[in-house]
Formats: sequence, structure tokens, C-alpha cells
Amino acid sequence: MSSPTPSHAAPRPARLALEDGSLWFGHAIGAEGTTVGEVVFNTSLTGYQEILTDPSYAGQIVVMTAPQIGNTGINAEDSESRGLFLRGLVLRELSEVVSNWRAARTLSDWLVQHGIVAIADLDTRALTRRLRARGSLKGAISTDAALRDEALVALAHEWPGLDGVDLVQQVSCHEPYPWHDATDPAWAYSTESSAARGLHVVVYDLGVKYNTLRRLAARGCTITVVPATTSADEALALAPDGILLSNGPGDPAALPYIVETTRQLIGRLPLVGICMGHQILGQALGGTVYKLKFGHHGGNQPVQALATGRVEISAHNHNFAVDPQSLPPEVEVSHINLNDGCCEGLRHKHLPLLSVQYHPEAGPGPHDADPFFDEFIRLMGG
Amino acid sequence: MPKRTDIASILIIGAGPIVIGQAAEFDYSGTQAVKALKGEGYRVILVNSNPATIMTDPELADATYIEPLTVDVVEAIIAQERPDALLPTVGGQTALNLAVALAKRGVLQRHGVELIGASLAATELAEDRLLFRNAMTEIGLASPQGGLATTVAEARALAAEMGRYPILIRPSFTLGGSGGAIVYNEHELQEKVAFGLSQSPVHSVLVEESILGWKEYELEVMRDHADNFVVVCSIENLDPMGVHTGDSITVAPAMTLTDREYQRLRDQARAVVQAVGVNTGGANVQFAVNPADGRVVVIEMNPRVSRSSALASKATGFPIAKFAALLAVGYTLDELQNDITQSTVAAFEPSIDYVVTKLPRWAFEKFPGVDPTLGTQMKSVGEAMAIGRTFKESLLKGLQSLELNRDPFPTAQNAVWDGTLESLAIPRAERIWALWEALRAGRSVEAVCRASRIDPWFVAQLAQIVALEAAIAHFDGPSALPHELLRRAKRAGFCDSHIAYLLGTPWETIAHPAPESDPAEEEGHLSAMEAVRRARQQAGVRPTFHRVDTCAAEFEAHTPYLYSAYERESEVPASEREKVIILGSGPNRIGQGIEFDYCCTHAAWAMQEAGYEAIMVNCNPETVSTDYDTSDRLYFEPLTLEHVLNIVAREQPLKGVVVQFGGQTPLGLAHGLAEAGVPILGTQPDAIDLAEDRSRFATLLAELAIPSPPWGVARTIAEARRIAAEVGYPVIVRPSYVLGGRAMAILYDEERLARYLTTTLLPSLDRSQRASPTFNLLIDRYLGARSSWMSMRWPMASASSLAASWHISKRRASTAGIPPASFLPIAFPRRIWPRFGATRNGWARRYRSVD
Repeated sequence: MSSPTPSHAAPRPARLALEDGSLWFGHAIGAEGTTVGEVVFNTSLTGYQEILTDPSYAGQIVVMTAPQIGNTGINAEDSESRGLFLRGLVLRELSEVVSNWRAARTLSDWLVQHGIVAIADLDTRALTRRLRARGSLKGAISTDAALRDEALVALAHEWPGLDGVDLVQQVSCHEPYPWHDATDPAWAYSTESSAARGLHVVVYDLGVKYNTLRRLAARGCTITVVPATTSADEALALAPDGILLSNGPGDPAALPYIVETTRQLIGRLPLVGICMGHQILGQALGGTVYKLKFGHHGGNQPVQALATGRVEISAHNHNFAVDPQSLPPEVEVSHINLNDGCCEGLRHKHLPLLSVQYHPEAGPGPHDADPFFDEFIRLMGG
Repeated sequence: MPKRTDIASILIIGAGPIVIGQAAEFDYSGTQAVKALKGEGYRVILVNSNPATIMTDPELADATYIEPLTVDVVEAIIAQERPDALLPTVGGQTALNLAVALAKRGVLQRHGVELIGASLAATELAEDRLLFRNAMTEIGLASPQGGLATTVAEARALAAEMGRYPILIRPSFTLGGSGGAIVYNEHELQEKVAFGLSQSPVHSVLVEESILGWKEYELEVMRDHADNFVVVCSIENLDPMGVHTGDSITVAPAMTLTDREYQRLRDQARAVVQAVGVNTGGANVQFAVNPADGRVVVIEMNPRVSRSSALASKATGFPIAKFAALLAVGYTLDELQNDITQSTVAAFEPSIDYVVTKLPRWAFEKFPGVDPTLGTQMKSVGEAMAIGRTFKESLLKGLQSLELNRDPFPTAQNAVWDGTLESLAIPRAERIWALWEALRAGRSVEAVCRASRIDPWFVAQLAQIVALEAAIAHFDGPSALPHELLRRAKRAGFCDSHIAYLLGTPWETIAHPAPESDPAEEEGHLSAMEAVRRARQQAGVRPTFHRVDTCAAEFEAHTPYLYSAYERESEVPASEREKVIILGSGPNRIGQGIEFDYCCTHAAWAMQEAGYEAIMVNCNPETVSTDYDTSDRLYFEPLTLEHVLNIVAREQPLKGVVVQFGGQTPLGLAHGLAEAGVPILGTQPDAIDLAEDRSRFATLLAELAIPSPPWGVARTIAEARRIAAEVGYPVIVRPSYVLGGRAMAILYDEERLARYLTTTLLPSLDRSQRASPTFNLLIDRYLGARSSWMSMRWPMASASSLAASWHISKRRASTAGIPPASFLPIAFPRRIWPRFGATRNGWARRYRSVD
């Protein structure tokens, strides 16, 4: 627990401009500079460290709807990747103090260290309502007082956006690597079994979250993480029992090479996808994806498994969804979102293949969907 | 699965009389359950012994029994009504215990009544402390070290085994922690364990290791028969373990947990309700977390709707009691609609983009001699909840909502801190202000945390409030205050009078309280407050209004459940319809309880029937009036002039404000509202004043030639003695503007009068007044006569000919001088001397002619 020392330094002004011309005034709480990205909101009440380190936020400016952020600081255990890939952060109030037995540093210091421009003290609810009404908007945050308001708005407006951009290569690993860490026994979910001991899983790193790897390792899987550009032959040469296509950032339609690789893998071995991985699988099976108005970003979304009727409260982070109408008849929708009815999971009637649009690995979010990994292991014969 | 069709009629048991630990929240839950089940076409039979409830309104249930909540009586009702099922989970501990007794005595089996919403086994498992501990151990969850004792000797042996004090004593099957205690040493053991055993209906107590000072959390959860599970709300107690959660300041959502830690609690809560067997409905699971290393222990769970459920419902907009009733008849969460969004389902976890703070309200001043130290047994009689965009804002709004006989912020006059850090360790009703004063006096956050064991995050928030106070106190007046600072203060929840106080008082005075007060201050204070209001209006610092929408703005909300903040833009503009604002009764206290909420709720319904848009303002989460579907629009706001005027400014066109149904709370605002030009509907402030100011009232009676006992009004001690001697002992004394007979007494001689003045009246005054006390004490001759009481109603020219007044004349089976609520009233008296009746009616007509 670090000692609470309210800073007496004068607050540094900062601004957020949206492409619709609106300006939002607040204070800088991260790095100096100007940033531009797609503005999305996240309604999770906890887990800002995990959200900030989730590679799926590459290219985006994240608005946290929970008003008090930073209370528990940043710790050594809860990061979900090697760095921060988002473009910026918007908060209602940053905690000046940190109170948690695991905290190692403050959120603000950490943002500065990673060069993330961030703004606080603005009306995040009004901002969220605007995003809800108009859909995700391009935006720019700046701490630069010399930059005129109109210039900042122009920056947001003229930024080309993320459609058609391959962000996966910015976040994927460059070399294959083995993964060993399981979920720390101190944080066990009590759902783990060692049924999978010895099963080898190759994980396509499209922007993978560590918790996906930890949840597989907790079940005894041997894991190799490979770059997104790995060919089907290279992956199969590793002799895996199954392949997982991970979550990842950006436009799923901008990744034809991964769709092609996946097409070559379908039917060869058990194959599962999470989030971007699900959208890739959907495309590889012949389906199409479409962009949601403002996406799902939060930890409270109800997903229903159609086979059992059971509802999982789950973590979501997606701007796109697979269009079920576009899928061939041998592929069925396995899960739907009860809020908007959108497709949240697929399975193949004949092949060992399933995928989910949401995040069974949680981190952050409820653990309800964790049994997804057991299903994967069953597909692999575990 | 849709609702069950194999049952047609359902018996609901209410919570009975209001007691500490079981109050108005069960009128809220019972009313929701009755409405929900009736809405599904079931025949609903209700039994409750408390008539001051909405749920016992004849039009609500299909059959309503106002009868004692005993096994025999309920069996007779069951025999008469032949219900198919019994729902015992919405009437607090009383209903649950009665259901257990009915089941054990074979009543339910005999009459073929199915227990729904809770099984006997689950109830016993949750309520029996030892069974519960064992069940937790079985599923791998930690409990505090300890064991069950049925005798003092067994408790002593357990204490010896643990080898250290303090230890906790927690009786089985009691409510509000009744009989619970913290035992600090061996000497206290005998008495406290014996008392705990005596309070437990099964004569057993749990003796546990102390986890005093650990962080305390509650999760409000729901589960359906398909094992769908949601956490409605997480709640963090500001006061660490050792203070009953009903006596703690609590905050939603939890503020100092990472996601990993929170999800661990969620997983455990789910495991707990599964293990206990709560198959449908709401439950509450309490945890303690060691702040040093994160170790978690399960404290207890309630397998029913609780006080915390009411709080969680109001805090999130998720109607727990309604859904609990619907789940009990077979629905699953995914089949129920979220009323607030009307487009999403109940199978979700609310996300909130504001902070909710609940503050308890005590009544220690009514019980001289009661130890005001807080512990494991609940002592508060009511609570206020406040919503703000940040914790600071919700805390300060909550303090403003409490309506105590003091400013909500510390001043030289109401100082409570004795200057020692040690005193901060003792949890007392006024500790929040003591912490605040200590920080103002320059004590460090670390020192205050160490002493109080309150989490540094919360103490640091108070320190930020103190830093803002210091910044404001640099300026000489509202016009000198920089707009940016004014905006920051309002965004942090500062009320106008707080800012006025800071601007009018040199900072040194705040840091070092002076004993004397300025007699002219009261006058100056008010105008200074008005000056702040004008300054902020000129600066464009205006309140904004926001929806409680269950989803942090992710979906559009349809329910106008609102709170104020100082943000960029308001939501939900006022409609074109003509509106009536009904001011609620605020936190429950002795003498102002659920009955006023009853009146306010009916007033809202009457206004709706009369074609007006009914707008409710209240800050008490334990009420029916704060259900979002009671009125057309609900403002969950402090009942202070500042906040009400903000609402009035927004809700135009306004027919007027109704102040007469919420008890003393809105009456106290009537003058300020009238002065601000707000139309008061119904009884006018002056008429209220005429009745409330004992002196004016007595003068009026004399003018109308209505006889009254000899009387006088005393303003000083000497005057009191003289008047009492003149009117003749025994005398009955009552200070003006008090509630429920507070500080009222019957005195038989001069000695008793002297004792009353020094031990009862003076302590009830502000500290500042005690040196040269002045008061307004009515002294009457005490007649010892029978009293007769009649309620009158007459048509008014205004819109507010209101439905809530009653037409019964009552003869009191008691003697004059006891507050009406303590009477045993007998309605429709059979024996009133005709001459008395005629005379009385004549007087009543004469009084009525005043207006």
C-alpha cells in the first residue's frame, strides 16, 4: 500500500475532441502529447489494468463508465499482455491514492511510463450517451495547449479510422514461444482439472490475452504461442492436438491471410476461436462479419447457450459480429446475446470446431464461461 | 421455463412491527412481491400485523389479514384460505422464522402448502451458524476460526482454545445481530455469552476469532431454478469489521477491489448459494477481507430479501424483491424483462456509473444511558442513501440527507472530536465527522487510517474534501470565489451552506474551533447561502440530472429515476404536463417512520388519479415511495431546500409542492419554499406553524374559546420554574417542533423539573447554546384525563384534496400526555358521552374555520 499523497501540482488541462465537433475539457492524467483513435466505452466496474493491457484495444481510446478508476493501483500480476496497445484513456475521476495490498504503483505513473495520453474529470456519462446514440466515433485527446480546438477536431475528423486496417500484426508476437504459467493456485477458480495433461495447443496470437493461456495451462495443456502470420503447415508441423485462434484488435475483414490459414486448418484438427478468432472462423466457414453500432465492451453481458438455455454473465469486447444468415447450413449458432440477440458462438455440426464471440478467459469479468476451455479439451479427446 | 400453473394461490407473510434491524424495507419487498404475483394472475393472500404498510392496503392483495404473526393464527388463515404455496422470503427474518416453525409443526404438510422461494433445509443451513460453517468448510471456503456453544462453559473452552481476545459472539437465528457482542476479555465473557444465548431462539451462539478491522463486503445475488446466477450489486463497508453492516456507512459498488479479488468473491458467493440451496430468489453473502494479504472469509448469508437488498435495488434500479417473487413461481432470469431499459433481460449484472453511499441514522438522544458505541448488534433506526458521480459527492449528499440537528459538515459549534487519535478507533455515530475534524486539524491520512482502521482510500477522499475546504476558505465571499473552484466544490458534493460557511469563516477558526458562537450568525448564514446560490447561478454552475439506468448508459432507459450532479448535460427533460412534487419523509427515525411513507405513496397515486404528473423526492432506500414505479418521476435526493429548489426549477409547469405527508422533514422546508415563491399545496406553512408552535396554538385556542389546560411558554430555566409553579404540578413539558414526543415529559414536582432541564432538555440543544440556553418549552398542567382524538378532512379549493387522510374518530384508551403513537387507539368508540361528543365536534368546527 503506497502512502496517499495528494499531488499539489496544478492540474494540467487536457481536451478530447470528437469527429462530430464536440469538445470535452478535463485534466491530463497520463503522458503529454496528442493521440487519436476510435472512442469506445467499457462498462466494467473492475479490471482497468486488464482492460488497459488487452491488445484488442489497439487503435482505440477507451472511456471507462465506472467513475472511480485507479483506486487499486497497478500490480505485478494482473496485466493481460506485454504492454499497452490502446491509444488513450478517458475517466471521470482518477484516484489520487492507491489502496490495495497488491498495488505496486499508481495508474497515472504507469500511463506516463507507457506513453499513454489520458484525460479525466470530464462527463463520461454524457460522452457514453453520445457514443450510444451515434455509434463509435473517432476522437483525439491532447495535452498541448498550443493546439487550437478546431485543429484537434480536424485531427479526429481526418484520421482514417480502423476500417480495413490490419492491427493484428502490431500486437502479435514475432516468434513462436512456449507458455507455462497457469493461473496461480491462490486465485484458482475451482473449476480446473488436469484432464488435458499432455495435450498440445497451438495458440494463434492475434492479440492474445494471457488469461486465455493461463486457463489452458491450468488444465494441464502444453502451449505454444505462434505469430498471426504462421502458415497452416507451420502450425501443423508443431503436431498440436488442437488450435486456438485468439482475440485481437481491429477489423476482422482486414485479415484475409489469417482467414485463408484457418480455412486450411478446418477439419484437420480441433479448432476453436475466441472473439477475433471467432470472427476469423466465421469468415473461414463462408460467413461475413458486420460492424455493431457501438459494440459490446463490459463484464455484465448475458449470453445464452441455446442448447441448454443457461445464461452466462460474461466479459465482452467486440465491435464486430458474425452474420448468422451468411453461414452455411452445417454451421449453427450456439450462443446468443440476450440484450441484442447477436451471434455470440458457433459450432459445426460435423467437425470439431467451436467458437465464441465473448471472453471465456474473463480477466476481467465473471468466470461463468470458463467451462468453454473444458469443451475445447473434450474436442481434443482430453 | 414459464411460470408454474400447478399453483393458483400464494400466501405471503409480512415482517410485522417495525423493530431495529427490520424496518420499512420489508414493506417495500412485500409490496413488490404482492404486486408481481398478483400481476401474474395468482391469488395472493397476505398476513401481516403491521397496518402502517402499503402492502396491507385492501386493494393490494386478494385477501389481507392484519393478524398476529404466530403459528396458530397463520395456521387458521391457511385452513381458511387453503393457499397452494407460501412465500416466506420477502418478510424479513420474522417471516422466515415463522415459515420454519410452520413447516416444523407440520402445518404446511397438513394443509398441502408448498414452501416456495426457500426450502426448509436451505433456511436452516443458512441460519444455523454451525451448519453454515460446516457447509462452507465442505466446499473449501474459509470461515473465521471458532465454534458453536450452547453454554457459557462451552464458550469459555472455545475462547481458551483460540487463546486470544477479542472474540465475537453471534447468536443463531436472530436478526440485526441481536444479542451479538465483541468480548474483549475473560471478564466480559460470562455476561455477553449468557445474553447471546438468551437472545437465540435455539439457545446457541457462535464463538469466533475476531476479524475486527478487516474490510467488509456484501454481494447481493439472485439465482433461478436453472442455476442462472447474477450479482446485482457489490457493497463495501466504510467501517471495517466489528460494526454491524446496518450501522456501517456502506458504498456501492465496491471501491477497493481489483477484478481478480472481486471475481473471487463472486465465485465464492455463487458457491455459497449453491451449497446452501437457495434455488430461487435473492440472497446476500457477506465477506471479510484482510487488508494486509487479501485473505477472504465468509461471514454469513441471508437466504432471503434483506435490508441490503432494498439498498441494492435502489442503488442499481434492479427490483430484487419483485424478481425474487417471480423466480419463486418458476420463471428464470432470462425470461424477465429489465423494466428500466424495456429491451434487455433481468439475467444481467447492473453496471453503474455513479457511487452510492448509505448512511445510518441513530436515535441515541432518545435513550439516555444507552452506550452509543457501535458493535455487532445493530442500533440504527433508519438510513439515508445518496447518489453522486463520485464517492465524495455521494458521501456529502448523504450527510445532507440525514437531517440531523446539526450542519452536515463540521463547524466550530458542532465539533465532536476530542482531539485524540485514540477516540477515532471507537466506532460511534458521529465518527465520520470526527475523522473529518481530525484531518482538518492537520492529522495525516496515515495516522487517521491507523487509528480508525478505515481503508486509506476512504480517508483520502475525506482529506481531498478538507483540501477543497481550505482552498475555498482563502476567499472572502462568493463573488471572489473562482468559478473553477466553485464548480469543483459543487462537483464534490459541497452544499451551498457549506461553501457559505467556509467563505464566511477564517480558516483558522475551522482549524481551531472557538467555543463561542456569533449570535448574529444564524441570520448571516442564510443570506450567505443565498449569496452562494446566486454566485453559482451567475457562474453557470448548475445541477444536472441523470438517470439510474442499470447499465451505465449502454442502453436507453425508460424509467425516470433521477439524481443530481454537476455534469455537462442533463437527461430527461421535464414534460409539458402540470406537475405536483411530493416531498418524502427522509430517513426513518423514532416518531417518523413508515407511516409517512405510506401517506406519501398514496399522495402520489392520488395525484396521478387527479391527472397530475406525480414527482416524488426522497432519500430513504427502505421505502415504497422510492420504488421507481410508485410515481411518474422519482428524484433520489436529499430533502434540503437547496436540492428541492433545484428540482422545482427544473420541473415546470408546477402546480405546487406537497409538504404535509412526509412528517417534520418537508414541514421544515415549507417556509423556505414559500419564501422562494413555490406554491405549497394543501395545508399552508402558516397553518402548520400555527399548529406546531405551541404558543401560537394556545393563543388561538383562547381566541376561539376552546378550553385548554393552564399553560405558559418558557424560554429560560428561570422562566420554566416560574411558569410551572403558576400552572401547578404535575406539568407536562414539550419543546416546540419536535417529533414523536422527543424531550417531552410529565413532571410531578420542582425537583423533577430541575432534573429534566439539566439532563434532558439541555443536552438536546446545540452545544453552542448550552452556556446561555434559550429554548421554546411549552408547559401545560397535566390533567391525567382521557383523551379523544379525531381526524378531520375538508374539501380544499386547491388540487390537493388528498386521499390519505382518514375519517375515523378515535378514543384513546390512555391518558393525555403520551404521544399519539404510543397510545393504544380504539377506532369507532362505543362509549362517548353524548355531551362530550357534541362539545368536541363544536370545537373541531371552530378550529376548522380558521384556515
